Amino acid sequence: MSNQGTSFKDWMKDKLFMGKTPVEYSKTLVTPFNVVAAIILLGSLPVFWMRYTQGLSTVIHANSEYPWGLLLSWGIFAGEPLFACGFIVAAAYYLFGMKEFKPFVRLAVLGGMLGYIFAASYLLIDLGRPWRIYYPMLINYGPASVLFVVAWHVSLYCTVQLLEFSPAILEWLGSKRLHKWAVKLTVGLIIGGVILSTVHQSALGAMYLATPGKLHPLWYSSMLPLLFFSSAIYAAMSFAVILAQFAVRYFSERCDREFIEAVPTMTKILGKGAALSIFVYFALKILALAQDGRWGYLMTGYGYWYLVELLGLVAMPMVLFIIGVKMDSLKVIRVASLIAVVGILINRVNVNLIAFNWNQPNHFAGIIPPWSEVHMIAAMVTLHIIVFRWIMNRFPVTQELPQYRGTH
Amino acid sequence: MSEDKKDKKGIALSRRGFLSLSMLTGATALSLSSKSEASIDKFKGWPGSFGMLTDLSACVGCRSCERACNETYNMPQPEKPYEDSSVFKERRWPDGRTYTVVNRYQGVGKSKRTAYRKVQCNHCLEPACATACPIHAYEKTPEGSVMYDEDLCFGCRYCVIACPFNIPGYDYDSAFEPKIVKCIMCYPRLKENKMPACAEACPVGAITFGKRDDLIKLAKKKIADNPDKYINHIYGEHEVGGTSWLYISDVPFEELGFSVNLPDRPIIELTKGYMQTVPIIFTTFPAIFGLVYAATHRKGADTKGGNE
Ligand code: SF4
Ligand code: SF4
Repeated sequence: MSNQGTSFKDWMKDKLFMGKTPVEYSKTLVTPFNVVAAIILLGSLPVFWMRYTQGLSTVIHANSEYPWGLLLSWGIFAGEPLFACGFIVAAAYYLFGMKEFKPFVRLAVLGGMLGYIFAASYLLIDLGRPWRIYYPMLINYGPASVLFVVAWHVSLYCTVQLLEFSPAILEWLGSKRLHKWAVKLTVGLIIGGVILSTVHQSALGAMYLATPGKLHPLWYSSMLPLLFFSSAIYAAMSFAVILAQFAVRYFSERCDREFIEAVPTMTKILGKGAALSIFVYFALKILALAQDGRWGYLMTGYGYWYLVELLGLVAMPMVLFIIGVKMDSLKVIRVASLIAVVGILINRVNVNLIAFNWNQPNHFAGIIPPWSEVHMIAAMVTLHIIVFRWIMNRFPVTQELPQYRGTH
Repeated sequence: MSEDKKDKKGIALSRRGFLSLSMLTGATALSLSSKSEASIDKFKGWPGSFGMLTDLSACVGCRSCERACNETYNMPQPEKPYEDSSVFKERRWPDGRTYTVVNRYQGVGKSKRTAYRKVQCNHCLEPACATACPIHAYEKTPEGSVMYDEDLCFGCRYCVIACPFNIPGYDYDSAFEPKIVKCIMCYPRLKENKMPACAEACPVGAITFGKRDDLIKLAKKKIADNPDKYINHIYGEHEVGGTSWLYISDVPFEELGFSVNLPDRPIIELTKGYMQTVPIIFTTFPAIFGLVYAATHRKGADTKGGNE
């Protein structure tokens, strides 16, 4: 904890270099992961340079039929359901009073918050004129637009998440008074966060309500908003399971006993929740298929791919979740979570790319991303991990500082 | 008539206002929304607006329309001259450099003939692009043209996603001033009482300009006079709520690459229901979750887990 007496150097040492001197600290930086990360990031610099000086066409694949490529699909549509983990866990603890989640709230909120910040960064790459990103908020309104709803809710939600995470930042800075205020605000913020999440997760699906005739009938449904929302719930729970496991495995020295001991119980509760919500989603998917009478499409190439998604990536993790919960097996729940997350990623890419404009000539040639787009994604993922690690190593995320015990 | 127009404008404005309000106060918007949504239902295009009718059986693929358009708007020169028919080897599409292109389709229809199709914005009566744009950069004008304002656009390209015809092009080549590029049905020329340049340039009269209502009558008459020749369908009369640009053809539309799986309802109708639930979520969720919070944090119950 810093106070008036400590010099700037000590502050740096304490807050930034994890209690080491700069030289000691920089020695710890040479690890295989960091070397690979550095290569990916350095290699991406020319790609980003091209994007911002020569235009989008130099780095992403885009035209009138496929205005959005893998970058946007991955960065926004596939990522956001996972990053609902913040609101799910916070709601479980603060609103539903599930005490077991207490040690986990911050990590989940951090995972969510960071995810959203990165989603916004992907947008800054993909927007034609990123410096106008605030236009729907301040300059002109498109009230009939679903994207308008997404823009507002995502930006408000980012703010809410930042506020939700602020107690950790304030503890890191050692500001007790502000900390007390931030904690008091929490319940209101959580309810706000639940609303904003519900709306924008479903709105991401609602965006595709505008594409009948373009999105393959197996994926197009009037239930898209509901499907996107319900799948975000189990995706978030699955992601939370993985996140907790990840923290214990790679940041064990940053986790206090309370956190580590809580992980098995939380995993089981999350597994139960995921089993239930993935079942609801599965039922809705079948309902959507029946409602629109789309069975005939199942026996086509797209139908087989749809079945891979529905059976392999929804039904299978559903069964595994149930087995895991019944057998009390953390391992099975974790495997189920992993498959469920992969399933969500694939589902979103299906809607954005694979099943979108499927009846255009040369469809598959149209959606294969160039290497530069893939490289940008790799760079963003690398950066995401590095920032996450930086925060985990410094902020009290998976531990409770003794001086703040019982204040939140 | 002019009274009518003013009315429509008023509605358009209130529609614009309604959601920004709902973002702030769910309840007010709830009552407002039902009113403004009702007016959306009734909107069937501006009375007396203009349109175009392309007779695909007449088009000879000379690309005079492409050239006229290019010259009228000083668009970039094409790589190959307009006389060069080798461009037909590829299927082209309007993009950041052109408003319109003509494509060739070989061996189509009953007679397995070679047909041509001009592609450009169809100027929907209730444009999906305008519905989709989060910044309201598009506007359907009373004249019929769907116009786009580059000064508002931030380049998300959701309009391109939403357009049922894949029309808006984007100049992805520009790093600093990329913008949507699409046919404007010669709005400036309409204002000068001139017909669109392509219709004027067509040497065989395959493109007819006129009031949309009259064009529908004309199309119906053409089909009725020649029932063996024409497909009995006016493409654009009802597709996605109707478009200002209409087509008749002797070749089935799907063989010329038209989307034939579009609903007759405008795109805004498909997202409207969802948009109406947003204020409902805003008004009901605080109550629901407030109750949940109260129930799980009752006095006497173990509140260690909760706040405070
Ligand atoms: S054809 Fe597409 S771009 Fe043209 S008005 Fe309709 S939705 Fe908009
Ligand atoms: S690209 Fe521009 S015009 Fe199209 S929806 Fe986005 S902001 Fe609106």
